[in-house]
Amino acid sequence: MTCGEPRRRSRRRAASGGAMLTRAAWGARVLLLPLVLVLWGLCHGVAAETAAAPEAVRTFGAGREMVLRTTTDIDVMAPAIAQFLEARPGLAIRYEQWGSNNLYDLTAAECAAGTASAGLVISSAVHHLVKLVNDRCAAPWASDAAAALPDALSWRNEIWGITREPAVIVYNRALVPASEVPRSRFDLLDLLRPERTPYAGKVATYDIEASGLGFLFAFMDSQEASTFGALMEAFARTGAVATCCSAEIIEGVQEGRYLMAYNVLGSYAQTRAAEDPMLGIVAPSDYTLVLSRAAILPGPVADAEAGALLDYLLGPEGQLVLARNRLVGLDPLGADPDGAEEAGRQVPIGLGPPMLLAMDRAKVAQFTARWRDAFGPGQP
Amino acid sequence: MSLTQRAEARGLRPTLSLSARLVAGLGALLLVGGVVLALAAFAYGRTAAREAFDRLLVGAANDIASTVAIRDGQPVVDLPASAFQLLALAPEDRVAYRVSGPGGSLLTGYDDLPEPPGTGGDLRFYDAEFLGEPARYILVSRRFAERSFSGRVDVVVGQTLRARNDLARDITGKALVVLAIGGLAVLVLAVLIVRGALGPLGRLAARLEARDPQDLTPLDGRVPREVLPLVLGLNGFMGRLERQFGTMRRLISDTAHQLRNPVAALRAQADLAGQEPDAERQRVLVGRIHARTKSLGHLLDQMLSRAMVVHRGDSARRALLDLRDIALEAVEAGDPALISGSGAVALEIGEYPVMVRGDALSLTEAAKNLLSNALQHGRAPVRLGVSEADGRASLWVEDAGPGPAAEVRAQLGERFVSGAAQGSGLGLSIAGAVAEAFGGRLEMSGSVPFRMALVLEVAQ
Repeated sequence: MTCGEPRRRSRRRAASGGAMLTRAAWGARVLLLPLVLVLWGLCHGVAAETAAAPEAVRTFGAGREMVLRTTTDIDVMAPAIAQFLEARPGLAIRYEQWGSNNLYDLTAAECAAGTASAGLVISSAVHHLVKLVNDRCAAPWASDAAAALPDALSWRNEIWGITREPAVIVYNRALVPASEVPRSRFDLLDLLRPERTPYAGKVATYDIEASGLGFLFAFMDSQEASTFGALMEAFARTGAVATCCSAEIIEGVQEGRYLMAYNVLGSYAQTRAAEDPMLGIVAPSDYTLVLSRAAILPGPVADAEAGALLDYLLGPEGQLVLARNRLVGLDPLGADPDGAEEAGRQVPIGLGPPMLLAMDRAKVAQFTARWRDAFGPGQP
Repeated sequence: MSLTQRAEARGLRPTLSLSARLVAGLGALLLVGGVVLALAAFAYGRTAAREAFDRLLVGAANDIASTVAIRDGQPVVDLPASAFQLLALAPEDRVAYRVSGPGGSLLTGYDDLPEPPGTGGDLRFYDAEFLGEPARYILVSRRFAERSFSGRVDVVVGQTLRARNDLARDITGKALVVLAIGGLAVLVLAVLIVRGALGPLGRLAARLEARDPQDLTPLDGRVPREVLPLVLGLNGFMGRLERQFGTMRRLISDTAHQLRNPVAALRAQADLAGQEPDAERQRVLVGRIHARTKSLGHLLDQMLSRAMVVHRGDSARRALLDLRDIALEAVEAGDPALISGSGAVALEIGEYPVMVRGDALSLTEAAKNLLSNALQHGRAPVRLGVSEADGRASLWVEDAGPGPAAEVRAQLGERFVSGAAQGSGLGLSIAGAVAEAFGGRLEMSGSVPFRMALVLEVAQ
């Protein structure tokens, strides 16, 4: 389990209508357990309370060392890194896997001190990186590969979106009848509307205080459509569960603890679904958020090797390797065996000044307070 | 042989052509104008870009200010996405913002933004840095007067300058392209216009070139005003040339005409004298030959003198001179034999100079001719004088006789008309030619005494 440095996790149940507040404090997990599945959860936030340290570190190659800091699991990126290093014998890459909030804190602190130590930073919490770019913490880099990106996925030649991953709804095929599978947020609202709905307490989503990515998805939902207000209200009314980590949420759906989960990172869900036919995936047809993990080159001047790695990741070879891990795909959901899922209107999460809103302290405080009103207080 | 080579062979060194001068001048003018316009375009581009993006700042700041609300006695701001979308219209620029309550307490945003210089109204622009990059800021203040809160909330929004500079560069660049195209077009037109304007010169040259070498008639036809002096000068020059040719032709024909008979008579008398056995008769014949030779010499003198006078009238410079000096000169240089033979010549000149423009030599010759004419044909006493009246100066000769007969008077001044057997009429003809050459005329008046006057305009 790659989120697995010693930490506590919280699981919240939406507080309303006398719904029971469930808190499960999970004990420390041992990182070194052999892993059967590739897990690259996006488990952020809670670890910020402890000393900032990477969740995992691995060094590739030998020679001059360049540091890559990312929220992405080592195993997902390992093939790409290995292939990149094949052509560069004198270069070593120290791969540090971080929680997104810690990664932001560390990079911002290094920027303020003028001691950028990482060559490349990749995060799924793209609003963090946009803020870093706005704070002049990123170096510009110009290349053909970077210039080929659409405008929405790069900003100032200092930040680039390297993946395409939809936010999806996952459900348990065994427990959710095909007729009830929600195709859109409106369907989900309809499912939650009846007084004695079987979905009460059985729908999970990210804890936005614990997960930077969860916050980003929820925030983008709130910006995109008024549906989000109704969803919050429905989640609150039916006692939906807010918890950390893609891995846990999907495991919960697979095990039947939750019937479905909202706003799960599609790349991860697809990896799981490829191994477990009982896991169904829906890209909401009203609109589907598409996340592009963002990369920046910290420091006033870009490290040439880090820039080369960026170009590689944006180039055809890197994109092919990322696509194999379902981080990229023109039709991200085309691989689904049922073909039941319909790709709806895709809303890319763009990189640019509007993303600063998700980093505004007053806005975050208001949004979190609203969310907390629905889901109750989290971990004390 | 090119035109330039031909010109050089004749000692003409062609300088920069008129077309080149005009085009170079116009080009320099265009260049200066272009530089001035380019500077103006640059300034305009900067101003236009600044105004355009300042409006974005106003919009964003007002957007943010309008979302400030008072809740529980405290100002609360709910940043609108529209403000950031507005700012994102400058797609490559970093955004700085701050919302602060009374006393500068930070509500949200960057707390270390530069303050606006000085104090001012509720809406102020200023330039400052944002984290080491030049940026443009706006400060918008919103005042609240509520029961629970009274005071001011400041919204500062700033933006780096990339989009402004890009737009300014874009505007300037496009303006410069248009300017360059316009300038080039004007230059091409200028070349065409200059060529068209200088065309008549080329045609004039071609007409001259195509002329018969003997043709000295004046140029006529349509000529541009600027070239008129050149053509007039040329025509004047050709006219003088024509007259001198004419003088020469006449001299030759007169000489042939006048000399043929006397020379034939001389030869006949010389033949007679050669065959005459009687010494006494031979001596008489030789005396006749001598008299005829003398008369022939006088005729030759006058013919040459007339040719000289006519030539000088065209070619000599007009000098300012006193007519009294001419009169004195004529009397002193006059034929002593004639003067002594007919008694004294009375000279009547005043105290004041009588100034005219002319050639001293020609005028003296004319005066001498008038004087000798009076001495020869008139009756003593002969008077020579200079007078001035009504802006006209006259040098006159008077004798006591009645003057020539009416029919002779009418022909006077023409060549080879003379009342006397000895004269050839050339003397008066010379005086008339001189008077004409210097813008005057020959007048005769009265019967007894008879007066001939050379009348000229007084020089101012």
